[in-house]
Amino acid sequence: MFVQLQNRIAIFTSGKHVREQINPSCIHVRSMAVADARLVQPINNGIEDTLLGWRGASLNELLWLARETLENPEWPTVKAWRNKGGKVLGHFQVYFPEELAHAAGMLPLKMCGAPVEPRLSDSRFGSYLCSIMKTSLEQALSGRVELEMFVTHPICDAARNLGAIWGRNFDYPCQILYLPQNPNSSYSKQYLMEEYQRLGEIIQDVTGNEITEDALAKSISVFNENRRLLRQLYAVKKETPWKITADEAYTLVHLAGMMPREEHNEMMTQVLGQLDERPTRKQDRIRVVFEGGFCEQPPLDLIRTIGQSCYIVDDDLLIGLRWILDDVVVDGNGMEALANVYIDNSSYSPVQHDNNKPKEKMLLERYHAAGAEAVIITAAKMCEPGLEEQVTYIQTLEEEDIPFFISEFEENMTTFSHLEIQLETFVENILFD
Amino acid sequence: MDSVKDNELWRRGNREGSALFRKWFDDLDAAADAGEVGAYVFVMGSLTEILNTFDLPIIFPEITSLNTAIRHDAADLLNEAEDHGYSPDICGYVKADYAVQNRGGQHPMGKLPKPGLALLTNACNTYLKWGEIWERMFETPLFTIDVPGTRQKGTQTWPGDEQFEREKRYVRVQIDELINTCEEITGEKFDMDKLRETLTYSNRMSAAWKQILQFNKASPAVFNALTDGTAYLGVNNIMRGTKEGAEYFERLLEEKKWMHDNGIGIVEEEKHRLAFIGVPCYPIFREFNNLFSDWGGVFVTSTYLWFASGGNNLGFQYDLDNPLDSLAEVTLIHVRDAMDSMFHPEQIIFDNMDDYGIEGVVYHPIKSCRTSSTGLADNRRALMEATDLPSLFIESDMMDKRVVSIAPMKNRIDAFFEGIEMRKAARLQGALQ
Repeated sequence: MFVQLQNRIAIFTSGKHVREQINPSCIHVRSMAVADARLVQPINNGIEDTLLGWRGASLNELLWLARETLENPEWPTVKAWRNKGGKVLGHFQVYFPEELAHAAGMLPLKMCGAPVEPRLSDSRFGSYLCSIMKTSLEQALSGRVELEMFVTHPICDAARNLGAIWGRNFDYPCQILYLPQNPNSSYSKQYLMEEYQRLGEIIQDVTGNEITEDALAKSISVFNENRRLLRQLYAVKKETPWKITADEAYTLVHLAGMMPREEHNEMMTQVLGQLDERPTRKQDRIRVVFEGGFCEQPPLDLIRTIGQSCYIVDDDLLIGLRWILDDVVVDGNGMEALANVYIDNSSYSPVQHDNNKPKEKMLLERYHAAGAEAVIITAAKMCEPGLEEQVTYIQTLEEEDIPFFISEFEENMTTFSHLEIQLETFVENILFD
Repeated sequence: MDSVKDNELWRRGNREGSALFRKWFDDLDAAADAGEVGAYVFVMGSLTEILNTFDLPIIFPEITSLNTAIRHDAADLLNEAEDHGYSPDICGYVKADYAVQNRGGQHPMGKLPKPGLALLTNACNTYLKWGEIWERMFETPLFTIDVPGTRQKGTQTWPGDEQFEREKRYVRVQIDELINTCEEITGEKFDMDKLRETLTYSNRMSAAWKQILQFNKASPAVFNALTDGTAYLGVNNIMRGTKEGAEYFERLLEEKKWMHDNGIGIVEEEKHRLAFIGVPCYPIFREFNNLFSDWGGVFVTSTYLWFASGGNNLGFQYDLDNPLDSLAEVTLIHVRDAMDSMFHPEQIIFDNMDDYGIEGVVYHPIKSCRTSSTGLADNRRALMEATDLPSLFIESDMMDKRVVSIAPMKNRIDAFFEGIEMRKAARLQGALQ
């Protein structure tokens, strides 16, 4: 047990960020909880936990553990999965039908950057590129993450190159999933279903496991549940945002992309139950929508900084995990069902053009539905679609006389004091207007 | 050489190309004055063969934008777009065009008709974002022809393959839908005979262009891929599917054949045969080339000749008995090939280095175009691992002179040639010993 405890401490404190606000006694309590958890070897639908310590932990302990895990560039949950013989499919932002990988027994891993220096990958790219490209590849080149398959999408001019770059550096399948860029064509759903089938065949080859209709239906049901839980979390953000901070909510969502979804479902169920009882009170903050986190992710501290003066009541952070807006109903053909909802019942982002989803109108819908008072429009540095969309968003918000705050970010930025001051001024202008 | 230069054939293609460009701009100016709208299309998959049947004025905004850079008019346009919120880090073509549109279509070469239809492919994601700007400015209908590209290097499928036929159906349906859209916009019925006629012209252009490219395998090269080649490319696009285009390329073929048969090179002394990968440096178009030609360097081929020629480099011939199906098939192959030549340019070098006698490769990634630039550093690494070809990697831009630094560029180019010459000298010495 002592050895286990040591290992566990090594796993969870080897990350470079140990937050100063953490209460040491909290760490002790968490440690005991983790040790207990290891003794009972929790089993979840036949899948062992990849993150130890959250079961039975208090909400604060769990949130601390989640944050430590997210900020650990070693991606311990993925390593735990691999240590048990599991295979991993890494997929780049924004949306990927993770059910396909799941149904074949793989861990779908959301590749969306990491808090690392691109030491090896930097030489693979030129200038004028967003950070997420470099840090995602860095994770693979450095060996921090090992994959059996990688999938990217032509979401932007940079990302569409990633399949070729990855393919020149790794021997495993490095595929492009061509999600339809003409979703308004009468043939787009048929095409997408066939594209899923094509990709499914490669996944089957990689795993040796057939993606049966039954397996796919079960996977879809797991992901339906996950999306339901994430919607519940967002309902808390919207209805009672003082119950959970913006960075806490974000951390929980992000973990969905890097651990078995069954485990995440159980963790989220526990968290949502605990949130009801959380002794917090409403504070005098403005309600904002955060827009611009669809691909590269802002650093956690940036979200925390915003959360100090604002309630982020809705956002597009990691929108791919919430791309499908409702349960996917399977009636015989799971791939067809997934293709249909991708087109018919999905969210929006600057990397998809759909005549039925003009993005500026979708932003207004998000703003009104969330009961927000202002919008924070951000874009990752060098993110062409994000930067271009900013112009339209600004024009639209000006026309609607909606207050907005504009910013750019980079996933590895470390100073936020300037942003904090600007944001406080913005908030004060609204509060005292 | 003087007698050669006195010959009517010498650089006839350049003269006639300039005249066709002047006429193109004049025609657009007249159409704009008459209040006509235009179809805005892009070089990688313009489908002008369909648009020609509806007699729509066709505008290539990439070409009108790059023209402002060559004429040194781009800086004001870029500044204007940036004043309106567009980031310095996005595509310069987009910004220059935005400013032109914002000025009521006033381009330095004449007035451009308003976008009445935006037709684009997914070969470049910025096409989509660009089209959305017109959509918002003018309520321009935006039609995307979605063309699935290569999913992984070496896995292309061909006519008769199941996957190819599936994708061809997708493209075909979209072409049918495009025809419906054109009929709605123009109020005219689609004319299949006119399509056959325009496809015939495209076939003639394509056949001639392919042969012209082949002539540069011989030494001396009969044209400079970077300078002359870019002029030919322009005609290849703006006159695609027209009688003038077919005649131009057949006359150009005559010129190149004359040069080839008589051992006439485009430069008096060809010392180094180079391949160019990327997009030209339009803000210093001639000066950039001179930095190479001063050392006797000639660009005998470039990936630009491939991806920006709308697929004509392949020489595919449309089947006039089955025009729409054939158009779908060739569009699928053309656009895919354009993307491949941007994402896998190393393959072009591997396949052609011996035939073209390539002695050095110049990579020119640019700020404005992530589609063609993102993977070039990694590509160069792969090239260096697989061959001993000298290569040069210089970054600048195709529009923005602020990021073009001639002095450091010249230093690096000089060093590149010094290396090539030392290598040649050493090889010669080795052969003599």
